[in-house]
Order: sequence, then structure tokens, then C-alpha cells
Amino acid sequence: MSRRKTERLLNLVICLLATRRPLSAEQIRHAVPGYDAGNDEAFQRMFERDKTELREIGIPVEVHRDPWEDEPGYRIMRQAYELPDITLEADEAAVLGLAAQVWQRANLAEAAGGALLKLRAAGVQTDESAGGPLELRVDTRDPAFPALWEAVRDRRVVRFDYRAAGSESVLTRTVEPWGVVSRRGRWYVVGHDRERGAARVFRLSRISGTVTPVGRPGAVTVPDGVDIRSMVGSRDSLVRERAATVRVRQGTCQWLRQVGRTEPGAGGWDVVTVDFADPEWLAGSIVTFGADAEVLDPPDARDAVIRRLKGALA
Amino acid sequence: MSSADRLPRLLALVPYLMSHPGAQVPEVARLFGLTEKQLIDDLQLVWMCGLPGHTPGDLIDVSWDGGEILIDNADTIARPLRLGVDEASALLVALRMLAELPEFEDGDALARVIAKLERAAGEGAAAVSSQVAVEHDPAPDAMATVREALRGGRRLSLSYYVPGRDEVTPRQVDPTRLVMADGRSYLEGWCYRAEGMRLFRLDRMMDVEVLEVPADPPAGAEPLDLADGVFRPSPTDELAELELTPAGRWVAEYYPCEEVTELGEGRLRVTLRARDQGWVVRLALRLGDAGRVVAPEHLAARVRETAAAALARYETAG
Repeated sequence: MSRRKTERLLNLVICLLATRRPLSAEQIRHAVPGYDAGNDEAFQRMFERDKTELREIGIPVEVHRDPWEDEPGYRIMRQAYELPDITLEADEAAVLGLAAQVWQRANLAEAAGGALLKLRAAGVQTDESAGGPLELRVDTRDPAFPALWEAVRDRRVVRFDYRAAGSESVLTRTVEPWGVVSRRGRWYVVGHDRERGAARVFRLSRISGTVTPVGRPGAVTVPDGVDIRSMVGSRDSLVRERAATVRVRQGTCQWLRQVGRTEPGAGGWDVVTVDFADPEWLAGSIVTFGADAEVLDPPDARDAVIRRLKGALA
Repeated sequence: MSSADRLPRLLALVPYLMSHPGAQVPEVARLFGLTEKQLIDDLQLVWMCGLPGHTPGDLIDVSWDGGEILIDNADTIARPLRLGVDEASALLVALRMLAELPEFEDGDALARVIAKLERAAGEGAAAVSSQVAVEHDPAPDAMATVREALRGGRRLSLSYYVPGRDEVTPRQVDPTRLVMADGRSYLEGWCYRAEGMRLFRLDRMMDVEVLEVPADPPAGAEPLDLADGVFRPSPTDELAELELTPAGRWVAEYYPCEEVTELGEGRLRVTLRARDQGWVVRLALRLGDAGRVVAPEHLAARVRETAAAALARYETAG
């Protein structure tokens, strides 16, 4: 944005805030320096663009249509423009400072920074050294995140290409997004899948390409009683109700010994008992210890390890 | 800050200067993320603006003599613009996430800020922020002890598991920060074994104990720069190239890859840096037939050797 344009827009904001009654485009043209006095069409185009830009940064430019006037009038209502009075106690400022640092990278970090600046401008003391020995970071590096955040915010249907876990093919999904959830550092979008006619959860990292909005904002209604968090299932919720016995070489498999129960054995080997739910998950951990660990029982876990080893050998 | 952000910045700068008469140029520049020259340029621009008519009496009056900024005649824009939906939501979602941490169990500061912010932001932001949730893992066992050491400024003794080497090593650590990133908890501290600042994952700590020794990290100990995330391979680490089937694609989601190439039918080729060759071997074993090391050849050979040795154990025993 050129300096001249910034100047014009700032003058326009002041003019529209200061006026008590709505001003016509023509009145604004005379009151605000920088508009083309000679060319009507050029002025109209410029004024339209300026209004759009003000609205994009959140300035409520109000259009007033008076039945007795030919031309619409414009103004900014102070009440709609101004940040309401807000004061924060010291402990409140400290947690706000901490919250503002949570977001990493791009859009939300900028939004949080912008909010903090406005609050400071309003005289709110915010604590930059907040948190002290605590630091929280949430990453939103998934390329699909900004578009989905906007879709959730604007209640808008989206379409994207998605590869389900382990699948060879990419399918296009049309989704009414109900919310986004971060669990264990991974982002998920939860919503109604139109093709399947049912609620579904999608991991953002498995979306390929761009997320395209479909239709109008406001088209999505989140059904009552939807709990977006509980819809994102978690492996941790599986009860580890089975036990496996694993022969482990002495002096190795430290982690296994830590999570399991170790019985010292003879000949340089011990036996560790570990609880598990999913034999594939167990095999994935045991196999990393190579020849230092051998699943004795149960057979399905043992077979899962053998399968992986053969796969790695092939 | 790009020039497109200039108008919003000016609309915050003017109210800031109104509510902080006599603010100093360097301090204001830092707060707004500007150089002093950029700030002066902003002040000069503001000085050209004002009420219609634009006679000297209509214009905003700004001075910065001796670095002390005074502003007058800017009553129309004396209050900042209200918070946008994104701005308020970004803070509200983060505040709600904090509210779930044990640190904030006592005290109601969070609840009060959330209420104030919701009031200042309006309905839109409150609705959006309830549709975005960030969860943290349940606190690992070591958390209580680590917190106690941080609060009391004490040294910690712990055993730390390094999976890449399947090693548990005893450490003494002067804790400096608790870092919760991407759903996991880490302790940052001066490690006397490594003689440097290190991050330790809390769920890989064992036998954690607070010592009767005050934490006293060396004067030159700098906090780690976490701007690019907590997992930072060094550029000197060896590159490994893997080919993944659809079942192995999760590797590209879990680990930062230098390069990711689609090979068709859901297969991927990824290049990643590993601090430890053992780590790559373990990853390849875990993948089984869902992925294989393509390069370097000596790593691929190690994977085959390890798999063959392990398989031999099953075959003789079976």
C-alpha cells in the first residue's frame, strides 16, 4: 500500500468517524484529500476499493439508505468501531501474555499479536515476560490449516482431496466443518461428510492440495450436542488388557524394562511382561530392538514381529 | 510488517500514544515491531492527517522532540479498533488451552480474562473459539517433580532414555523452562553431562529427583531457540532416503523431512536428517514392508543385517 493511499484511508476513517450524519460519496470526495476531482469513474472505483479495504481490516463502514435521498450515505458508528473498555488485573495480564505467545507461525500468531497491540493501545498493561519458566507452543504448519480455520469461522462448506490412512488412492471429500481439534500435536477437522452422509474426522496432514470453499458463508450449522473433541478418537483410550512376554538381552531394551515388569533370567537374558492392546502397535515397538528382543507370547504378536522383520529384509 | 498492515498499525499506534503521553521512540518502536526510522515515518504520516478541512487546527498534532512522543488533536481515533474475530479467537482458544493445565487449576485469572475478552470481542469470536480445541497430553509421571524443581530453583537428578541408542544415561540438570509443544512436555535445562542447554522429553525421564542443590546454570547459558520447533536436526546430520508405501506415509507426517516426493499410487520418497544412524535403522524395522531405506547403501545394509539377525532368533526358537 503506498504512503499516499494509507494517508487517504486514514483521513477517510477519521472523516467517517467524525461525521454525525451519513455522508454521500460526493461529500466524501470533497472532504478527503487524495480523491480524483476530475474523473467521476476513477473516483467511484477508488472509493469502492477503499471501502472494501476498510471492511477487510474490520472497520464497520455503515451504508445508510434514506428514502428521501438518491445517493446512499456512509459513516462509521463509533460504538461499532471502538474497542469496548477493558482493564486487566496483573494476574490476568500475565495469562494473556502467555496466551498470546502460544501460536507459532503465520496467521494465528499474527492475529494474536494484533489483538495484543490493540489491547495495549487501549491502555491495558500486558505482561511480555509472562509465564516465566513456562512456554507453550502450538504449531499450525499444516498447509490446510488456514483455509479450514476460515471455513469453521465463516461456517462454510469445503472440498478437499484426502488420502485415508494406508490408502493408495486420493478421494475428493465435501465436508461441512464443525470444528478443528489438535491432539498430540496433530490437527484434525471434524464435520459432516456429504458423500458419506455421516460425521467424519480427517487428519489435516493427509489432505493433499488446497482446501476450496464451496457455496456461501453461513451455510454450515453445527448440530446441537456435538462434542468435537470426543469425535477425535484416541489410541490412548484403548485399554491395554492383554499381556505379552518378551525375552530381552541383558543390558538392552531399556524402555521395555521401564514400561514392563522384568524377571531376571539366565544365560544373559531376562523376560519382560508388557501390557498392550494392539499386537501391531506392540510389534512396531519390539521390532526396533532387533535381535535383542524376542516376543515369546502371544502368537499373534509374535507373528506380527516376524512379518515386519521379513518385510524389512525384502 | 508489510505495508498492507500499515493502516491497522496506525490505528493502534495513535491510541497507544494518546494513552501513554511522553512515550519514548525506542520503546514504542520495539513494541510495534518497527525500526525507529519506520516509527518516525509513521508519525510523519499521522501528522499529515486529520479532520476534513485539513486546516492546521484540524490536523493531528505530533511531536517527538528528544525522543519523547506527544500527540494531540486525535480524539476521533483515540480508541483502538475493536478486536477482529480472528484476533479474539486466537487469544480465546489459547486461553482455553491454558485453562486445562494443572498450573492454572487454582486461581480464576483465566476465567476472568476469558469473560472480559468475550465481552470485548462480541459473539462471533466466542462461537468460533469453541469450535477450535487444542489438547495437551496427560502430564507424564515426572511432571510434578520437574515443576517442584523449577519452582524451588533446584537441580534435578534423572535417568534419561535415548531411543536412538537404546541408552539410559544418568544426568544432572539445572532446569530453566518447561516447554509444552505440539502436545508434548519438555524440560529445558543445563545438562552437566552434555555441558550445554538441552531439551528433555518428560515421558522419557526415569528416577527423577530434586536435589538439595540450588540450580545454577553457567552465566553464558542461552535459552534454546525453538522458533522452528523442538525437533531440530543439525545440517551436519547424515541424510537418509526412504521409500514408503501408503502404509508408511505417516513417516512424512511425524518427522520433518527435507524432501518429499510423490511416487504415484500413494507411495512417497522422503529425505530426512538423522542425528543417529541407529534411529533410521529402528525406523526401517518398525516400517517392515511399509518402507525401505534407499540411500545410503551402508544404512540399508545395516537394516537387512539387523532384520536377518532378529529373524534368525525367531526361526531357531520356533
